Amino acid sequence: MSTPLLQVKDLEVAFRTQNGVVQAVRGVSFTLDRGSSLAIVGESGSGKSTTAHAIINLLPGTGHISGGQILLDGEDLAKASQNEMEHIRGRKIGFVPQDPMSNLNPVWSIGFQVEEAIRANGIATGRKEVKARAIQVLKEAGLQDADRRLKQYPHQFSGGMRQRVLIGMGLAANPQLLIADEPTSALDVTVQRVILDHLESLTRELGTTLLFITHDLGLAAERAEQLLVMYKGQVVEAGPSREILQNPQHPYTQRLVAAAPSLASRRIQATGSIAAAESAIAADAATAAGEAIDLIATAEARAEALEAAAAQPPAIVVENLTKVFKIRGSGDFKAVDDVSFQIRRGTTTALVGESGSGKSTVAKMLLKLEEATSGKIVVGGKDLASTSGKELFALRSRMQPVFQDPYGSLNPLRNIGNTIAEPLQTHKVGTKASRRERVFELLDQVSLPRTLLGRYPNELSGGQRQRIAIARALALKPEIVILDEAVSALDVLVQAQILRLLAELQAELNLTYLFITHDLAVVRVIADNVCVMQKGRIVEAATTDEVFGSPKEQYTRDLLAAIPGANIELGA
Amino acid sequence: MLWYTGKRLLQIIPVLLGATFLIYFMVFSMPGDPIAALFGDRPPAPGVIEQLREQYHLNEPFIVQYFYYLAGIFQGDFGVTYSGQPVNEVLARTFPVTIRLALLAIFFEMIAGISVGLISGLRKGGIFDATGLGVSLVLISLPIFVLGFVAQYFMGIQWGWFSPTVGAGAPTQDLILPALVLATISFAQISRLTRSSVIETQGLDFVRTAYSKGLSGKRIVPVHILRNSLIPVVTYLGTDFGTLLVGATVTEGIFNVPGVGRTLYQAVIRGEGPTVVSFVTIMVLLYLIVNLLIDLLYAVLDPRIRYA
Repeated sequence: MSTPLLQVKDLEVAFRTQNGVVQAVRGVSFTLDRGSSLAIVGESGSGKSTTAHAIINLLPGTGHISGGQILLDGEDLAKASQNEMEHIRGRKIGFVPQDPMSNLNPVWSIGFQVEEAIRANGIATGRKEVKARAIQVLKEAGLQDADRRLKQYPHQFSGGMRQRVLIGMGLAANPQLLIADEPTSALDVTVQRVILDHLESLTRELGTTLLFITHDLGLAAERAEQLLVMYKGQVVEAGPSREILQNPQHPYTQRLVAAAPSLASRRIQATGSIAAAESAIAADAATAAGEAIDLIATAEARAEALEAAAAQPPAIVVENLTKVFKIRGSGDFKAVDDVSFQIRRGTTTALVGESGSGKSTVAKMLLKLEEATSGKIVVGGKDLASTSGKELFALRSRMQPVFQDPYGSLNPLRNIGNTIAEPLQTHKVGTKASRRERVFELLDQVSLPRTLLGRYPNELSGGQRQRIAIARALALKPEIVILDEAVSALDVLVQAQILRLLAELQAELNLTYLFITHDLAVVRVIADNVCVMQKGRIVEAATTDEVFGSPKEQYTRDLLAAIPGANIELGA
Repeated sequence: MLWYTGKRLLQIIPVLLGATFLIYFMVFSMPGDPIAALFGDRPPAPGVIEQLREQYHLNEPFIVQYFYYLAGIFQGDFGVTYSGQPVNEVLARTFPVTIRLALLAIFFEMIAGISVGLISGLRKGGIFDATGLGVSLVLISLPIFVLGFVAQYFMGIQWGWFSPTVGAGAPTQDLILPALVLATISFAQISRLTRSSVIETQGLDFVRTAYSKGLSGKRIVPVHILRNSLIPVVTYLGTDFGTLLVGATVTEGIFNVPGVGRTLYQAVIRGEGPTVVSFVTIMVLLYLIVNLLIDLLYAVLDPRIRYA
């Protein structure tokens, strides 16, 4: 075999900050043979993206390569000049960035942006040839009507379409190496699958070597031959994908495998109980065996609880709910179309669907942040449509939301104590002292130290913030919690912690959850019942086991098949 | 787009009516008798006073005077100043001068502000950036009359680069110095605005993607960074043009520019209701039209903005 295409040797990347130099990547080494594929896996902050950016020399801010070599075809990129790098980028190394929403310049047309890449790399000259090549590139990337859409702007494209454009741009100059930095993390699962399939066949056809960056272990194993697991800037494990997945050696990899919901779904099926799954997902692989007995016990307890719940009146009844948005010029848009479901007290119902399926609109109507066009919502025996003023105010204290973005849903100017106490103040519950007691109690409940009281949101991690958001939602002792993509923005390990926390709180406080998500893998481990939504309608509604065991609708089957790594057998 | 423009033009009508009414009311409420002021120390014959009062409807109640005035406007007649000139003529003489002055000032501040801002933004924290910040701060804190007199003294009289005052007919080369003085203040604002906007745009994902495509910095800076950074700057320029049309009074006074500011100031002092209101009406109209143009320019700069 000839020399490997890419050899990274003892790569070190550092950032200068006010508190001195921070090492983001510490001694990373790997080789990538021609035509092969490698995935770098790790949670955010592990240095995986930094490694990728170091290779094409586009480190953000004060980042710089502080040691080691990056050999592309024997040439050291760490020592290449700005000019030389410009020649290598695009021509030899293509790059597909993470977020299709922010990686295209909004003020230039798609055609313009593809054409400038082609022209910069000298692939074609002259107006006509450049345009022809741009159309060809976009068609290859899966945009069939590329010739018509060349003049359109990024905002006229869907997320999936934009990602195709970015892939097209990355491959425009037939680079030998393509770096794909979380290319599909921002997309719906089904779109993700189509795009990745396409990327795979395209790179195979062109013989492109692929370097994948992802936080999703299942996806990495499915799409790459080799796996590199990074943790805190270092490589903790490397080797063939399946081997690592089935027999992880390093404790961090073991935790990652155990926590990945997409992979854990196998195990859940084996135990056949939701509660057990919740525990299993959270448990360290090392202690899983010891907990097995407890799992069965909790599973039985859960079954009893479900039976008891069946006897009580449902907490939420939604009947023929419809929401029509009026759009000027193009008529009405039915965001929610004749949706009906019930949620029993103390249970979790998941509303699943891709973006645009209307699931969040249902949540907004439940919270009465949006008025229903027609249909009925009954919460705790009260019709939502007829409540207003004081009654609505009282109702809101019994029904609390937790939103997706733990960075956006906390006011950065309020400290944690005030944030959690705010609902109590608004609803004038207790005295100042008793409110403070309650805040402590809530911090205990979400397993956060009491010392966080005076801190501000920007001093906390994503997982901690989401715990704060949950604590705030629980402050008024609500009966119903509406979780709108509440764990979607979190890393797998943190996700597992939050899911376990939610399950514990449910058991303890007999909470009713409406869990809105696009991620079926998460549904598997938290929900009792599932409603699958597509284009505003509920296409399938059943218990979680039924939906996962024997899905009736094609759409549900597509969603299930799209979970990355679902088909990989785990050794454990 | 057409519908939007039409709607915006229609909105101008109530704004204009409200503005004229308010101004007319305020001028009417000003103390002192404008007729008495016209004659100074020598008291005129009582018949003359009566005749002037009659001519300018001064003995009618406020609301009637206002309607007389309004009726005139709709016939294209803005009335007569107390010295007997038709206001139309005064408007036609002064507005072109001020508009030329404002355009010249905008031109200077745009060229200087955007280039300095761009370089400071691209080399954030460098010597150029630090110097730019220092100079901007000094310029922002200088009152315009100080700046005006200093510029007039050195550049106009000592070194003789420009004509220190504006001559008859206000030729454009005479307007350069006052335009520079006017531009100085906004230059500081525009360079700071461009700088922060450039810094923000520079860190955006699509800029990194542009680099990853193999583009050179020479292409990325104008095409991907500058164009996206200009949107907030355009907003500022729009409001600034309005301010320049209205607020150049001090500068026009220093350089003896026969423009709107000076004429309006004198009309206010003399309590000439119709003249003041006419000027303000035209100013409001210009301000609204400029802002409409700016809003339409947005749609050109940013294709995501579409007006329906």
